[in-house]
Amino acid sequence: MLGFALRRFVQAVIVMLAVALIAFSMFRFVGDPVNQMVGMETSIEAREALRERLGLNDPLPLQFTRFVTNAAQFDFGTSYQFRQPVADLFAKRIPATLELSFTSALFALLAGIPMGIYAGLNRESWLSKLFLSVSLIGISLPTFFIGILLIFLFSVTLQWLPSFGRGDVVEIGSWWTTGFLTVSGLKALILPSITLGLYQMTLIMRLIRAEMLEVIRTDYIKFARARGLSNRAIYLRHALKNTLIPVITITGLQLGSIIAFATITETVFQWPGMGLLFLQAVQNVDIPVMAAYLILTAFLFVSINFIVDILYFLIDPRLRVKQA
Amino acid sequence: MSVLSINNLTVRFPGRKSTFTAVEDVSLTLEAGKILGVVGESGAGKSTVGNAVIGLLQEPGRITAGEIRLDGDRIDQMPEASLRKLRGKRIGMIFQDPLTSLDPLQTIEAQLVETIRVHLPLSPAQARERALELLKAVGIPGAEDRLSQYPHQFSGGMRQRVVIALALCAEPELIIADEPTTALDVSIQAQILDLLRKLCRERNVAMMVITHDMGVIAELTDQVAVMYRGKLVELGPTAQVLGHPSHAYTKSLISAVPRPDIKVERFPSVSYIEEETPPSSAIDLSTHWLGKTRSHEPVTGPLLSLSDLSMRFETRSSVFPSRRRYFDAVKSVSFDIREGETFGLVGESGSGKSTIARLITGLYHPTGGSIRFAGQDLTALKERKQILAMRRQMQMIFQDPFSSLNARMRVSAIVAEPIRLHRLASSNAEVAQIVADLLDHVGLGAAAGDKFPHEFSGGQRQRISIARALATRPRFLVCDEPTSALDVSIQAQILNLLKDLQQELGLTMLFISHDLAVIRQMCDRVAVMRNGELCELADCEGLFTSPGHAYTRQLLTLMPSMELLAASQQG
Repeated sequence: MLGFALRRFVQAVIVMLAVALIAFSMFRFVGDPVNQMVGMETSIEAREALRERLGLNDPLPLQFTRFVTNAAQFDFGTSYQFRQPVADLFAKRIPATLELSFTSALFALLAGIPMGIYAGLNRESWLSKLFLSVSLIGISLPTFFIGILLIFLFSVTLQWLPSFGRGDVVEIGSWWTTGFLTVSGLKALILPSITLGLYQMTLIMRLIRAEMLEVIRTDYIKFARARGLSNRAIYLRHALKNTLIPVITITGLQLGSIIAFATITETVFQWPGMGLLFLQAVQNVDIPVMAAYLILTAFLFVSINFIVDILYFLIDPRLRVKQA
Repeated sequence: MSVLSINNLTVRFPGRKSTFTAVEDVSLTLEAGKILGVVGESGAGKSTVGNAVIGLLQEPGRITAGEIRLDGDRIDQMPEASLRKLRGKRIGMIFQDPLTSLDPLQTIEAQLVETIRVHLPLSPAQARERALELLKAVGIPGAEDRLSQYPHQFSGGMRQRVVIALALCAEPELIIADEPTTALDVSIQAQILDLLRKLCRERNVAMMVITHDMGVIAELTDQVAVMYRGKLVELGPTAQVLGHPSHAYTKSLISAVPRPDIKVERFPSVSYIEEETPPSSAIDLSTHWLGKTRSHEPVTGPLLSLSDLSMRFETRSSVFPSRRRYFDAVKSVSFDIREGETFGLVGESGSGKSTIARLITGLYHPTGGSIRFAGQDLTALKERKQILAMRRQMQMIFQDPFSSLNARMRVSAIVAEPIRLHRLASSNAEVAQIVADLLDHVGLGAAAGDKFPHEFSGGQRQRISIARALATRPRFLVCDEPTSALDVSIQAQILNLLKDLQQELGLTMLFISHDLAVIRQMCDRVAVMRNGELCELADCEGLFTSPGHAYTRQLLTLMPSMELLAASQQG
């Protein structure tokens, strides 16, 4: 177990270094960083001085090492457009994105798993057919369209829920802000998290359904039935656990993409998260922000994958033996 | 009163177009402490009877007539809730494949305790105590330690013991065992049969054993019911039914069982059962494509010669050589196969016999030793052209007829593929003609070429495999358990076909099987393998009459006794 975790950790570090290299080369090859930082009338001497001060004249490996060392300490330099440290910008935005992502992931799991179980066990019932058709909509409609549709219905027509922003937030500690503790914060979460989580919910539901159909045909379910176990025990204790392995894989990857690609939803709902920041950075060629976003996203994916691998171990005893 | 009595049971599966009658008008009784065998070939409805008794018929099957009584209580019309209380409590069931009957993610203890507590009012600690007793009763050594293990930590035979323990959880009066030993090796099979017999006598349980294996019937049962296409054709004491069968089907079924005790030239043609095979028109080999280029340069010495062949698989890879773990599947095996003979390779699972087949055909590359075919060292061949030429001369027939044919290709395309690959015919028209002739020759009829593999039964698919193997005009055929997935009557047909083809075409065959009776009927010389090593190599008859190696003797004693069958086959 420990050896396995260690091996995975080393692999994760390698992936992170590769991503850092890509992020680093953005600085070098997408325009001259000095040009981005100074005005037109700055003299050549001043530029040279700045170049020297930023260490851009050092050999490449040294620069890369410095970049990695700084990145490891969450120092991504200064944003071109905001003239503020990138780390501060992200620190302000991360809570918003993480809260939104976790709410929508939770929504996707809590709705998707029971619906999937139901649809797998009662294939013919009208309710499962309804689930399937509705989920088809969830998969085929683009996110921004669902968002706009929800805004139109619940904010404009019914006026139940706010159409943009996070509502009132409460500060916890020096850098985390939460919308979970106020009514308006919670209300503001509902529409964006449904918009963001609908696709994942559909995916999880369909996956659980397909796996469930597969598992209930297996011999051990037949044997469990022949031993006189109750349906509840068969479905929840034996079948569900066996369906979970692929579900964990997909959920893990999807959680990563929820966090990383909340951009569209954040734009539609003007959610003050990382996605919005990233979009602004792209529009203004704000390379430090883009690089930081790239590294952060990669870090999220790598750590989620790492957790998923460890979860496999806990669920499937067969893996423990193979690796031990 | 009988523990189980089935009266005029009929089970139907209504379909969209027509209703399929799986079981028709079957009546049986079973007493406490007795074992009843239900025997028949696939599709005979024997499993359906078992499923009907325990109330687990597959949708949309239902009992349309007759009744099932357990100790006099009628159970076929019980509502699902009361039926569930019956299952496990009064009727236990054992399934065929121990590898798949246990939940892989739960410990043995969890599964046993769960089942015990569903049926008996015991505390978790008491249930655990009972689970331990059961594991001891089914003969699992070190039961205390093994209780907390997962199914994958048990071997096949041990898992089947766990399955039996699970079936015994609540002391049922009736146990239904559906092919309980089919997935096991002979030595394990003998142990499990012993265990079942002992449990049945000691606990006074009535047992219904569903099997296609006449050997199991002869070994285990007191009474036997023979089923054919849903109907019960014969029922009586085992000795009488096997020794003096009265029904024509029983007679033909018994005659198709390969004899381990004497060698017969051909398997008796089973008159009662026919697969729909159009009569094949004989092709004249002296003029036909298939007979051409038989003129291989004759070899001096053996056709195939293995010397010190070894195969080692890495089971754990590591950067550090000292931490790598290996499994030696084949350990320095040497033998020769002479031109024109059928060489048998026999052994239990894991003995390395299939690995040897794959090494010879080039699917694996050996880690040591050499394979010489017609004087050429196959392991030294480097050029693709040479390798292809060698491959053309050797073909393989696989065990599982369901997965060895590409389901998306038409049969004609499957058979034509090797001809095209090796450019053995000059035109498409010629290829088509050869394919038609081949299919006809293996007894499928040329029309079979337009169909897809799923339209054929297991035996017919195996014929397609044979036609495909012949399509390169091979000299050497490797048959890896070619009939172990087939019913006995179909097995007899396929084995006869292989014998015929061998004689006509002068083929040399490597015949791999775990079934000693089949080996005796097919082979000229036999090699016995165990744990990757060659134990004994002898003349086929010599091996059976005076085995030299202790392991061979052990294998021979483990063969289910066929004395009863022998009597009826002679008579």
